[in-house]
Amino acid sequence: MPDTIDADLVRRIARLSRIELTDAEVHTFARQFPAILDSFEKLQELDTDTIEPMAHAIELHDVFADDVPHESLTPDAALANAPERDGDFFKVPKVIGDSQ
Amino acid sequence: MIDTTDTVLPVVGLEIHVELATETKMFCRCRNRFGDPPNTHTCPVCIGMPGVLPVMNRKAVEYAMRVGLALDCTVPELTKWDRKSYYYPDLPKNYQLSQYDLPLCEHGLLEVPLDSGEMKRIRVLRAHLEEDAGKNVHDNPAHTGVDLNRAGVPLLEIVSEPDMHSVEEVLAYAKAMQRLVRWLGVSEANMQMGHMRFEPNINLHITREGRTYKTPIVEVKNLNSFRSLERAVAYEFDRQYDEWKNDPEGFDIRKKGKQNRGFDDATGRTVFQREKEEAHDYRYFPEPDLVPVTVGEEWRRRVRASIGELPLARRERYMREYRLTFKEADALTQDGPTGDLLDAAVAANADPKRCVNLLLSRGAALANERGVTIAEIGLTSEQLSELAQLTDSGDINATAAAKIFDAMIQSGQPPRAIAERENLLAVKDTGQIEAWVDDALAANPQAVEEVRAGGKKQKKAFGFLMGQVMQKSRGAAVPAEVQRLLEARLGTGG
Amino acid sequence: MSVLNLSAVELRDALARGDVSSEQATRAYLDAITARDETLGSYTEVLTERAIEQARFADARRGGGEAPQALAGLPLAIKDNLCTEYGRTTCASRMLADFRAPYTATSVRKLEQAGAVILGKTNMDEFAMGSSTEHSAVRPTRNPWDPDRVPGGSSGGSAAAVAGRLCAGALGSDTGGSIRQPAAFCGVVGMKPTYGRISRYGLVAFGSSLDQIGPLTVDVRDCALLLGALSGHDPLDSTSLDRPVPDYLAAVDRPIDKLRIGLPREFYSDALDPEIASALQHAAELYTAQGAEVVDVSLPHSRIDVDDQGNLSSYAVACYYIVCMAEASSNLARYDGVHYGHRTSRDVDDIIDLYSRSRAEGFGDEVKRRILLGTYALSSGYYDAYYNKALKVRRLIKSDFDAAFQRCDVLLCPTAPTTAFRLGEKVADPLTMYLQDIYTISLNLSGLPGLVVPTGTSTAGLPIGMQLIGPVLSEETLLRAGRMYEVASGVSRLVPPGLEFKVRG
Ligand SMILES: [Mg+2]
Ligand SMILES: [Zn+2]
Repeated sequence: MPDTIDADLVRRIARLSRIELTDAEVHTFARQFPAILDSFEKLQELDTDTIEPMAHAIELHDVFADDVPHESLTPDAALANAPERDGDFFKVPKVIGDSQ
Repeated sequence: MIDTTDTVLPVVGLEIHVELATETKMFCRCRNRFGDPPNTHTCPVCIGMPGVLPVMNRKAVEYAMRVGLALDCTVPELTKWDRKSYYYPDLPKNYQLSQYDLPLCEHGLLEVPLDSGEMKRIRVLRAHLEEDAGKNVHDNPAHTGVDLNRAGVPLLEIVSEPDMHSVEEVLAYAKAMQRLVRWLGVSEANMQMGHMRFEPNINLHITREGRTYKTPIVEVKNLNSFRSLERAVAYEFDRQYDEWKNDPEGFDIRKKGKQNRGFDDATGRTVFQREKEEAHDYRYFPEPDLVPVTVGEEWRRRVRASIGELPLARRERYMREYRLTFKEADALTQDGPTGDLLDAAVAANADPKRCVNLLLSRGAALANERGVTIAEIGLTSEQLSELAQLTDSGDINATAAAKIFDAMIQSGQPPRAIAERENLLAVKDTGQIEAWVDDALAANPQAVEEVRAGGKKQKKAFGFLMGQVMQKSRGAAVPAEVQRLLEARLGTGG
Repeated sequence: MSVLNLSAVELRDALARGDVSSEQATRAYLDAITARDETLGSYTEVLTERAIEQARFADARRGGGEAPQALAGLPLAIKDNLCTEYGRTTCASRMLADFRAPYTATSVRKLEQAGAVILGKTNMDEFAMGSSTEHSAVRPTRNPWDPDRVPGGSSGGSAAAVAGRLCAGALGSDTGGSIRQPAAFCGVVGMKPTYGRISRYGLVAFGSSLDQIGPLTVDVRDCALLLGALSGHDPLDSTSLDRPVPDYLAAVDRPIDKLRIGLPREFYSDALDPEIASALQHAAELYTAQGAEVVDVSLPHSRIDVDDQGNLSSYAVACYYIVCMAEASSNLARYDGVHYGHRTSRDVDDIIDLYSRSRAEGFGDEVKRRILLGTYALSSGYYDAYYNKALKVRRLIKSDFDAAFQRCDVLLCPTAPTTAFRLGEKVADPLTMYLQDIYTISLNLSGLPGLVVPTGTSTAGLPIGMQLIGPVLSEETLLRAGRMYEVASGVSRLVPPGLEFKVRG
């Protein structure tokens, strides 16, 4: 079962979530989360060993599109909302390589 | 160097990423095209804009099934999509649509020919579909530019079991996989275009004094050529052995976790890639915006039918039915169309061996010059079978055949027409040949003397006269006939 | 007579007859917005010029004698989490304060194709996370019935705009009650349709497996009118249902004989405000008077428990918050200051700084809270205890409804445990705020449709709304049942104090 939420755990989750927190925020969340997570614990009362998880509200399958090109955006439209651009590239600080 | 007292068994499993050659991307209808200007094939969906939703490309799923079925994989009744979360600027949603616990293909097998001609069986653990990321461009030293043309391109990740035990086996497997996906027409598998990328998982099982040690597993990331795959794997074998030698107890799979390394082409070394502590917490969960895919028997049957004869089966058949050597058969089954060309020519009553000689001599040479497959040099099965039959019947000789082969690739005309125009048809008319023989004898009394005199100069002189006659016929005379007539006139031979 | 007191259906007919022009109607609403939205705060952006253009176009089209469209010239408002090629789509967040979508949501396109005029985008809790619209980064919206009270949320702007007659009808989105609870708080009709009935393409995702778009209107017939225009299959949404769309408006006035109404006993506990309980009791009697049969049903996994300190808890609430927070943590990962949206102006050492600071600055507390908890619920080691467990309980909740609908056609339920609460009353305590949803979230988890219809006001003069729940694709039944109530009770088109229009039944 989950370990008790403390400031360190909040900081760890925040790193994983890519959200910089002030110390004040860390402590507010560390204070609020236990009660919320306790309320989640309630589910452990239920025996669900034989129950299939339900990921979709309505069960559908096999929805496809045909492999036929549609018009794309122009680079200017694609980059219109970009905070920073370098020519027709989205501009970001230096990173190494491509993602795994 | 390996100590003679140690026996070292390298163990390698390979992840291969193959970009599928669909018209459009996996989840939007932007073009799937390489090499165009940045961000010219993007839309709200592949930019991951607020409010967009993915819709599966049916063709991509069928291509993936083709590969799976060709690898003898199970294609389960139900497969689904999951989100894999990590932050990177070439991944606009900061999650990748992939398949986690229910991949489209599982438990397959690829038979790989080794140079020895022996077959190596390598098991495929799974093959699943996912979306490719965009490209981070590093031209500028100060910052990185992101191009999303590749973002969302369908990618098939084929994961092998750790069944490879040498660099040769790894390369043979990788090349066999390239041949297969090309054969199936699901990918151009062009390395320069990054259509295929490799990630080998490598460690060593070392036995010393009856005890077996296992080195920690290393995954080498993102290798995009056979050469770098070969070098990276070879380098890891040596590196791991050396590290182990320095610390046989410490450098142990149970003591050190799996490590990611990158390959530096310049130095030929692999380098440790340090990662954030949470790097592997991908937080997979079922993608709510996509519905599961159910693969019924009917669909499976249709896709299986679209596969046709596989390369190894065809090579088998060529050795059996056409009596080709392993090398010939293998050369002709690198791609589908070349073999199709051969089969069609044979079906039109040409002799297989003749066709193969033509294809593997001038055909292969031209293909080489142009860097294309033999089928792509623009030869029709009609041309091939007619040329083979002309050669068989002795209507043209080998030299003429080669000339005609090139000419018909140039002009696209039928071989006989070319032979007539260039008058390369063999002259069988004895009268004509006799006339050439007489001229040759009259013009070269010296050689005639040497032949008649017999002795050590005879052979050379006879050859000279043969040459003279052939020259007068501009290569068109049937050599056997020339020889017969010469012998008759000079009273040599039988 | 002011056009503002006409229902959407009445206004549409007046427009068709030429009694009033779309431009006149549109200007009337725009003037009302100028006059009253300063205090109400129901809009994040008013599209004045464009709306008038659209209105003129609608008038010209009618003048040209072309076939009348379902919503020709009708001035509507849309929640600011629906993408539009015009104006901004902000989700009431700093993160998207300047975001201009390059495409328009399918639902909005359908309204416009039916001839509607879009007045503007309405206020909401940031990224639809909240039950009071106090989590808007723009400003809170106030309840037209009492400016000190919240309109509910997250579609508080749409509900307030409809109640305050600042549009003829509006679109909201409902992930856990975000259309229905504000409708109840503001005394208007609101529907969360079956999951997949209306395309989600262009709706900024919060909880993808729960989100549904739906109408907020002054009465049930208007709801039928808008639902008809919005429903139908969309190839751009893989979860959209490819099923025929009935003519809801034509059906809505046909009463249902021998309607079987189920009362889920778990929903009639001490947790419920007694005044609301008696309002529902009264509604049940009105139905019986019209030949309906009332049956007692049970939704064990939607039960609400009260411990000895009086704290509420519920499987459904736990299940819902785990699912929606997990999905939200993933859906909101894309807001990182790279391709669009807020980017920090502080200098950064690396890309991780850029992400973490942009997100820290762009998101409000509630959004951060849910992203963090959702990330936690999905992170390695906790997935099975939280997310996967929740997905299993979700199926249990759904099967309770399947069983209940063996015995009845619709369920008659509360919408929220209380009437509209005061601004600031709950905002400091997330957990009690989450409990606003105890009667609404089970439907989102189960994909079922729900309709909220006002039943009058409390002694404090605040609206009360009842919730009718039906099986998958039972929208027509719900609308007919809702209309039956309006007719039998004579309660329809509640008008907040201070908006003294002559209201015609
Ligand atoms: Mg992968
Ligand atoms: Zn696209």
